[in-house]
Amino acid sequence: MMRAKTAAAIGLVMLALAVSPFASPIRQDAQREAPRYSRIVSLVPAVTEMLFAMGAGGAVAGISSYDRYPPEALTRPKVGGLIDPDFERILSLRPDLVITYGTQSELIDRLRRANIGIYNYEHAGLADITATLRSLGQRIGRRAEAERLAASLEQHLADVRARVAGRPRPRTALIIGRELGTLRGVHASAGVGFLHDLLETAGGIDVFDDVKRQSLQVSTEVLLARAPEVILELHPPEGWTPEKIARERAVWQQLPSLPAVRRGRIHILTDHRLIVPGPRVGDAARMIADLLHPPSLPSNR
Amino acid sequence: MSHGLADARVLPGTPLRRGVPIVFLCFAAMVIAVLAVPFVGSTPLQFTRVFSRDIPFSENVDAQIFFVARLPRALAAALVGGTLAAAGVVFQGLLRNPLATPYTLGISAGASLGAMVAITLGAALPFGGVASASLAGAFVAVVIVYALARARHSGLSTTVLLLAGVTLNAFFSALILFVQYLSDFAQTYRALRWLMGDLDVAGYAPILAALPLVGIAFAAFAWLARPLNLLSLGADAAGSRGVNVLRAQRVAFFSASLATGAAVSVGGPIGFVGIIVPHLVRLLVGADHRLVLPASIFFGASFLTMCDAVARTVMAPLELPVGIITAVIGGPFFLWLLLRQR
Repeated sequence: MMRAKTAAAIGLVMLALAVSPFASPIRQDAQREAPRYSRIVSLVPAVTEMLFAMGAGGAVAGISSYDRYPPEALTRPKVGGLIDPDFERILSLRPDLVITYGTQSELIDRLRRANIGIYNYEHAGLADITATLRSLGQRIGRRAEAERLAASLEQHLADVRARVAGRPRPRTALIIGRELGTLRGVHASAGVGFLHDLLETAGGIDVFDDVKRQSLQVSTEVLLARAPEVILELHPPEGWTPEKIARERAVWQQLPSLPAVRRGRIHILTDHRLIVPGPRVGDAARMIADLLHPPSLPSNR
Repeated sequence: MSHGLADARVLPGTPLRRGVPIVFLCFAAMVIAVLAVPFVGSTPLQFTRVFSRDIPFSENVDAQIFFVARLPRALAAALVGGTLAAAGVVFQGLLRNPLATPYTLGISAGASLGAMVAITLGAALPFGGVASASLAGAFVAVVIVYALARARHSGLSTTVLLLAGVTLNAFFSALILFVQYLSDFAQTYRALRWLMGDLDVAGYAPILAALPLVGIAFAAFAWLARPLNLLSLGADAAGSRGVNVLRAQRVAFFSASLATGAAVSVGGPIGFVGIIVPHLVRLLVGADHRLVLPASIFFGASFLTMCDAVARTVMAPLELPVGIITAVIGGPFFLWLLLRQR
């Protein structure tokens, strides 16, 4: 039991580090020229999406075990995830560039010793996604494509912002996990990070804006006291049927005083675009904006 | 190590009457704690609104915070605290080991494994059901430990029971790690958070579900008080005084396991309550189980209720896991207890 707890505690620390808002958003090996890499292994799903979106998918030789998009990426061999990258398997793919996550310091050391190029990445805010697109494009010699992609994403986000501008911003709780069937173990996005930025872009006020962390566990009391007008629950789509969504929405009826419950404004969203801070966050912002501000939808949408 | 046992051996001289007022004091402490802590919290409440009958309940935020968030939480803390403390007493008596806890025999590890599986496969299962999965895990652990302890003995070998429990703990812990390894980050974090203990039950359903199980266990505890007193003198001595040793051991094992499984399914494996409270209570009332058992229930209930009140207020709106509070208070206290007894 204790050993499990210790190991679990180590896991938590690693997780905390992985989502730390204080970590520097992007760090790069100093490299001035722009070589075109032909065998890239990406351990970060968000960056895998970026690589494919900027037309470098052909160079992707391996992906992480958490990658789900694009479908073409799933044909590549999987080399493990954040805490369990398989170094041997990575080497066997003879990569010339490995996309690592900031907390994978041991893997980074080993890759350096093996003289393999590294592009290091960490999640941060929404603005860091376009910054990463640009720096990644420069690194892999696809500056023009990356710039087009980043500019289009920025335009997409600006369009969403413009569409919701001036509208009353509903106080929203962005729920990222709970014990299903109950309102126990509720975790919400808080005042830092791309989900928080996404919510603000889409014209909502984060009810946990004052908590300067990426997420927090919310007690029933705090939920009631913060009185969100809209509740958005984000889940990976696996295993979510329409019946299950209806059933889990109904669970919120236990707290009838919540304005979101009274107005029926509880939405369970099961879409990877809302979870991966990659090039599809423009879609994510639009989806959230559509829910927060339904009348602002143009009729052709 | 054997001081608790030494305490237990002096029990024939312990006057029952002197301890009874302390049991009532513990009861009063529990009632006061459960009634008082809902008045404390991170949100300032207007208590005139809380108890107002003019405002419909569905629109009364203050009343909902009081009756849906705080009161069930206080009741859950009392139920879990009292149950774990009493289960600790019974396991210490059964195993004749002062360091036994409700978690020694692998029951909580089985419960945790069940909960981990439910959390990891939660999206795939038709229902979440973490509580029922943890209860099922506890049941599996109980069956395995009992079968092992009975396998090659005519009676119930407490040594084998202990060894089987410790081994099962390690085995289930390995399986827990395996399940966590297979799950993604969000699930791992939620599983880890479950292991820290959480009494925010958000309603009365989890309490009502556990209540019958706890009721059965407590009825058995009431019957066990006298046999446990005699068992503390050793199985042979108890047998010679007319105790059906195997039956008493069986009842003790199954009832304390049932209590532990029920408590863990409500609040997760909250540590230290099941070991500190029995020892503290023995300091107060002596070693007679007729006093130790009820006093431990009441003291454990008030202790965990207070700990949870601290957990949910001290860093609000962030919430400290209650298991951290019990460990932070319990660890040093237990060391003090060990040193003091030398």
